Amino acid sequence: MPFASAARAAGREFISNPVAPMFSPEIVATAVLNGLLTGAVYALVALGLTLVYGVLHIINFAHGALLTAAMFAVLVLKLWLGLDPYVAMVPLVPLFFIIGYALQRFVIGPASHGNDANILLVTLGLSILIENLLLAIFRSDTRTIDVPYAFMSIDLDFALLALPRVIAFGVSVVVAAALWALLALTDTGKAIRAVAKEKLGAALVGIDVAHVYAVTFGLGTACLAVAACLLMPTFYVSPRAGGAFVFVAFTIVVLGGMGSIPGALIGGLFIGVVESLSGLYFGESLGQIGIFAIFIAILLFRPTGLFGARA
Amino acid sequence: MAETSPLLAVTGLVAGYGGAPILRGIDLSVEPGEIVAVLGANGVGKTTLNKVLSGVLTPSAGEIRFDGERIDGAAAPAIVAAGLVHVPEGRKIFPDLDVHENLELGSYRRARANRAANLARVYDIFPRLAERRRQRAGTLSGGEQQMLAIGRGLMAEPKLLILDEPSLGLSPLLVEQMFTLIRRINTDGLTIMLVEQNVVQSLEIAGRAFVMENGRFVMAGAARDLAADPQLEKAYLGL
Repeated sequence: MPFASAARAAGREFISNPVAPMFSPEIVATAVLNGLLTGAVYALVALGLTLVYGVLHIINFAHGALLTAAMFAVLVLKLWLGLDPYVAMVPLVPLFFIIGYALQRFVIGPASHGNDANILLVTLGLSILIENLLLAIFRSDTRTIDVPYAFMSIDLDFALLALPRVIAFGVSVVVAAALWALLALTDTGKAIRAVAKEKLGAALVGIDVAHVYAVTFGLGTACLAVAACLLMPTFYVSPRAGGAFVFVAFTIVVLGGMGSIPGALIGGLFIGVVESLSGLYFGESLGQIGIFAIFIAILLFRPTGLFGARA
Repeated sequence: MAETSPLLAVTGLVAGYGGAPILRGIDLSVEPGEIVAVLGANGVGKTTLNKVLSGVLTPSAGEIRFDGERIDGAAAPAIVAAGLVHVPEGRKIFPDLDVHENLELGSYRRARANRAANLARVYDIFPRLAERRRQRAGTLSGGEQQMLAIGRGLMAEPKLLILDEPSLGLSPLLVEQMFTLIRRINTDGLTIMLVEQNVVQSLEIAGRAFVMENGRFVMAGAARDLAADPQLEKAYLGL
């Protein structure tokens, strides 16, 4: 993935002399740290996916396209209004919550007619629609934004970490914690967890199931808006940019256990490290091989994932 | 006037799934403070009636008045908000939430302000639930799950509590306790509609009863009279 390779290229600049055939502990440690930083953003994308799966029991195929749309939204706000990508979270996170809410409430939910297979097709159709709309508006060029802090770094003596990626890590962890708190402590969160397993029981205590579905979808989409704001300072966007992330995110969701929030978080960090290390040892273009080897191994040996409930 | 009008009044109710009618003209009333038993064998339409009353299923004809207001066709949350709470067959508790959270969600739509007091009251009625407060509801025994389902229903301070097959799947001893408990909750002032297959014990605690057969009530009256009526067995067994 270009994100990882760009990061590692950046890492390489900082490391003075990587000539030894066996990498020095500093280089490996840097790779692990960079993997964790990347992994936190992966986890954020995976959180949205796993939340929607856990509650609505559907794979949201529009997840990648919505991430791309959010990244373009960051780009547009930067180009038109000069809004910093981090500041852009303030309007974009609520906006994408509303977009996600409306999509589920007024498009995906009604179009499903109670049949999960329909939802699959509707979200797939949505993703094609969104991608092509973006293609029509922005063409297929890859675009980036310039921010003054893009190449700033934090010096840890043995490693230099790119500042935007450290920020991305911190914000991702905070968002994941906030999401956990929402689900564990608020009535809305409890209602979301209730609906996930017992729709009829939820309706009978007066929970509006369609509303809770839409809120869940909105939360998943809001996670994407956060991820987009965190990615744009160091990443490019094209109409297909989000797809690559969702591919990795899907692996994380399977690894962590479909529907598991801690699974998505830990799985995301783990996959980030795997990608970083396999990139280091096998070379840039093979960085993702480790991810997909793990993906296949999980499907073979532990299909419920690390934190998934056993059937 | 308000004192004499029934809490729940159902007239000419017709409902079913995909055009096939299950309920074929139901008339039913529940007066404030009483226990009304709705009896009938498996598959005669008792659960369908409950689904319509709680807004999960929309009736195709007829009228439902609760506390003076039309509620037929209203959505489930609005019906809960009005104070009609349905404890469903099969409990339908939230398996991944703990006991305490299940009870909290009982007051999601109604009586939220009194949550703390009602939690204390439910734990007082069901000490067993208090012991298992932080246990995942899915790991409770069948009897405990039934207590939790009723406790969750009580959390909304219902005006009418519909209990659908509360004795189903319980051991004879627990069934006995369950009926004692239902009577106690009723004595505390709660109006109850008890939907049961367990005829004998239901008639013991109910004031009035309706016997359903094939989507219609074929017998209705004082529980004591029905219990003595030789017709009951015939109707109930569908002979």
